[in-house]
Amino acid sequence: MDHGLVQLRIIVTIPSALRSYTKNNSEIGLVASTLEEVLMKLNKRFPGFWSLLVDEDGSLRKYVNIFVNENDIRNKTGLATTLKDGDRVRIVPSVAGGCLNCE
Amino acid sequence: MREAVYALIGTRKGCFIFESDSKRRKWKVRGPFFESSSVFHMAFDRRDEKTIYAAVNCSHFGPTIFRSRNFGRTWKQAKRPPRFSEGSGLKVDNVWHITPGHSNESDVVFAGTAPGALFRSSDGGETWDLNEGLDKHPSRSKWVPGAGGLCLHSIVLDPHNLKRMYIGISAVGVFKSEDAGESWTTKNTNVRADFLPTKYPEFGQCVHKLIMDPTNPQHLFQQNHCGVYRSDNAAESWVDISKGLPSRFGFPMASHPRKSGQLYVVPEEGDFFRVVSNREFAVYATSTAGKRWKKLDKGLPNHNAYLGCYREGLASDSLEPSGLYAGTRMGHVFSSNNEGKVWSVLAQWLPPVYSVSTATLS
Repeated sequence: MDHGLVQLRIIVTIPSALRSYTKNNSEIGLVASTLEEVLMKLNKRFPGFWSLLVDEDGSLRKYVNIFVNENDIRNKTGLATTLKDGDRVRIVPSVAGGCLNCE
Repeated sequence: MREAVYALIGTRKGCFIFESDSKRRKWKVRGPFFESSSVFHMAFDRRDEKTIYAAVNCSHFGPTIFRSRNFGRTWKQAKRPPRFSEGSGLKVDNVWHITPGHSNESDVVFAGTAPGALFRSSDGGETWDLNEGLDKHPSRSKWVPGAGGLCLHSIVLDPHNLKRMYIGISAVGVFKSEDAGESWTTKNTNVRADFLPTKYPEFGQCVHKLIMDPTNPQHLFQQNHCGVYRSDNAAESWVDISKGLPSRFGFPMASHPRKSGQLYVVPEEGDFFRVVSNREFAVYATSTAGKRWKKLDKGLPNHNAYLGCYREGLASDSLEPSGLYAGTRMGHVFSSNNEGKVWSVLAQWLPPVYSVSTATLS
């Protein structure tokens, strides 16, 4: 039935470091209209996923980057970034060379 | 009866599970698990004799807690790991310590984090809730982190009194609760804080590790930044038992599983030179609750040894005779199957060893 609503199909790319949480899936397809909704849906499917990416203050963790297509969401509107049908969301751990805690 | 003993080793690059039999001469190893994360602590749950908890801290994806019910073959992450509430202005940096609850509370587990907070799970580690009593303690706004931050690294339950528990927070001190964590009182009487203008403040002491005597819950021990201490009255006051040790400074502390007054420490040179005293790696033992100390170093590196242990780096097992295990910052694990009389290398070239704990099955 057509309600006049457009379902926004989004593809999320999961980095290898997080695939143990996603049952080894490297890509997840879902329907969402904002990045926040993407992460909430991933958390529902994979409990605990939200806290891997988002701090208690609601901001993206320091060493995590998320791109919508080629655009870093920090340069857009963060988790409130709106999505359009067919967008690809890439979760990318940042490079951390020289960080003593990471090495 | 065949017995299996496990040495659970948390490191900077994941954790390892070593397995042996009661002789503890040959070990098999599995791991690392969580190799992209630091594992600050692992805890075996003696209530069901199968669950292992791991405090897993990832520089990228933050802190969480995993549990395994099959000795590491599979792991399950907490659905809701320890976190402060949104808008609190606080965020959990690391999970430092995990303690399973009382024997009659099969799904209760406690976790200590930095900045100094206690979390409780009532569903076996699936979800975690902040202890509000400690979070709202009137002293909290005056806590000042040291180099180790404000880590809550020790959680001690009184097995004879379900409502009494203790915690230790680095650069803050020891707290006691008589109402199962609803409220907390500082318990640092007679403990030195040489680095503060007031030598004996109410709080601000830097406890490095807090443990309880295995048979007498009135007796507690702490390795502090400024000495080794014993309490004979459930932490109401403390007695300095550092005499006989080469240094007052050190991090880990462990007790014998059954013998009252028998405990172990690894003294280090001091605050600004954190290597073992005299560059001799040695575990010091007392069987007299700190009246006398004996050096245990047969088989340990005792010349030019620039080694040291983190606060969770020393443990005993519950076999007879008890085994002892010491993990170093340089990636060694030394073990003894005879209460420290003779030591050997259980593992070396590991990543820096953050924690050593044990599990025994019969």
